[in-house]
Amino acid sequence: MEFVIAKYNYWIYIILMMIGFYAMIAKTNLVKKVIGMNIFQTAIILFYVSTAYKLGGATLPILTDAQAHGHEAVEVARVINPLPHVLMLTAIVVMVATLGVALAILIHIYRRYKTLNEDEILKVLK
Amino acid sequence: MILEQFPFLVHSSPVLIVVVPLMFALMTPVIGLVRRDWTFPWMVLALILATLFSVTALQDVMANGVIHYRMGSWAPPWGIEYVIDHLNGLMLVLVSGTSLLVAVYGKKSVEQELPGREVYFRCIFLLQVTGFLGIVVTGDAFNLYVFLEIASIAGYALIAAGEDGAAFASFRYVIMGTVGACFYLLSVGYLYIVTGSLNMADLARLLPPLYGSKVVLTAFAFFMVGIAVKMALFPLHLWLPDAYTKAPSAVSALVAPLMTKVSIYVMIRIMFTVFQPSFSIEFLPVTQIMLVAGVIAIFAGALMALAQKDFKRMLCYIVVAEVGYMVGGVGLANTVALRGTVLHIANDVVMTAGLFAVAGIIAYKMREHNLSDFKDLFKRMPFTMAAFVVIALSIIGVPPTGGFFSKWYLIQGALEAGSWLFVAALLSSSLINIILFFRIFEIGYGFHGGHGHHSEEAGEAAVTREAPLSMLLPLIIAAAAIVILGFYNQALMGNIIQYAVPVL
Repeated sequence: MEFVIAKYNYWIYIILMMIGFYAMIAKTNLVKKVIGMNIFQTAIILFYVSTAYKLGGATLPILTDAQAHGHEAVEVARVINPLPHVLMLTAIVVMVATLGVALAILIHIYRRYKTLNEDEILKVLK
Repeated sequence: MILEQFPFLVHSSPVLIVVVPLMFALMTPVIGLVRRDWTFPWMVLALILATLFSVTALQDVMANGVIHYRMGSWAPPWGIEYVIDHLNGLMLVLVSGTSLLVAVYGKKSVEQELPGREVYFRCIFLLQVTGFLGIVVTGDAFNLYVFLEIASIAGYALIAAGEDGAAFASFRYVIMGTVGACFYLLSVGYLYIVTGSLNMADLARLLPPLYGSKVVLTAFAFFMVGIAVKMALFPLHLWLPDAYTKAPSAVSALVAPLMTKVSIYVMIRIMFTVFQPSFSIEFLPVTQIMLVAGVIAIFAGALMALAQKDFKRMLCYIVVAEVGYMVGGVGLANTVALRGTVLHIANDVVMTAGLFAVAGIIAYKMREHNLSDFKDLFKRMPFTMAAFVVIALSIIGVPPTGGFFSKWYLIQGALEAGSWLFVAALLSSSLINIILFFRIFEIGYGFHGGHGHHSEEAGEAAVTREAPLSMLLPLIIAAAAIVILGFYNQALMGNIIQYAVPVL
């Protein structure tokens, strides 16, 4: 039990990822597959962001005026790691682009087959 | 070279390789607003520049050793670093050269298949090339993910523009490709947790004490599965045949040779640069699994290619089998096999591009790509078919074409590793390739089929003539390149590949 609680961020991301993965595999509606794909990607973003956390109440890396002008160094333990957040900004852009392309393809599919149900499309393709 | 007169350009060639196609891609729609025809010379100019920069970079590497380029002058572990060594120098030349050939070749077929959409096609085409070049040139694990997705997303869009059913095939590719890319991203995340670094050279320095860590093992597992999806290794290849069959001809000729080979490059890079060979080979039984996976992929790809009636689909399964050669070649885990794998990457890029170019020319003339369309083609398109025969012989592995020599190195490596299974797989897939291609030659010469029907087809035969020069010339260059690669394989091996891979 302690194993679960101590690493709860990992458990949450894995559960979310599996929900998304399930939707991508099992759902026959193509839009639901795209939603699953989005959940899958979001889970990874949450995972990255959660890795920035530090034990002992670190805060956002925003330097107040006093700190910036004063001569004391910034204590690394007091601020969270900003890099995962920055990386995820890029990953979000990638995710949006993927989502956009996927939805554009879905519009194309719908115009051609008049349905978004995978089974019905496969029937037409056969 | 021309570029040597401009030291600034030579100095920044690593970054210009990526920036030039990217900027040209973004400008393409603007140019298209003014004059639609100008986008073609614009695209070709971008790719010529990218090829020049790639060749310059490779020459520089051969003369002065590894190039490090710091983005915005930030020192490596913090800033993004572009690194060019012999391996990715070679890959850069292959990628940019192939895309230049395919761009020229694709002009006519795109005008026929995507009328009115040429401008967007050229824009996305350049973005796709940017993605490939970026994957190859970068020395930063997260930057690689971004370029991997640029290449993939551009690929989804290009494939979806193809014939009927392409959109659905592309959608499947989106779903599987995204899972692959996400696994790669997770693997980078896990490596970042334990090392705090994203730079490949820095990771290579920080990782060895952590090899026992479960996090590192998980990262490695995620990486291998993710990249296996991207390279279409056998059980994970399901997206490939549909997508590449239904894509527009010019897209198949670009994506089929490059996407899989660039992914194999990434695999070699991560296995042997980011991780030490000692980890990838001795610490885990990864290479043994890869060897088995490669053998299965070779057999499965070759057998399924036999069952196809559609020429392009048959080529897709040949690509699956070729991926098996390269994954198995890395799995053999000795120096000879690894060098053979890199040589095979070079040959395979040229061969696959050539074969899909033939498929595209036939589709351009016949509007179909079934095997039965090859009837009497030797008479009607002698130059296309001559080039096709040269490339087919190389896929089979007949000397003096390049395919023979890379298979030769792979077999030598397999014998050294004592892996008879891989030797058997290589030889039997070569035999199956003989059946595949001689079946087409037979149809092409019109040896079988009823004789009585020929008179009524005579009128049609007169209509289909040789392909236009802009399609034929790149194909002939590809066919010549594969023979040249065969003749000069010693030079390539001694000057570049020898330094490209670690000695195991």
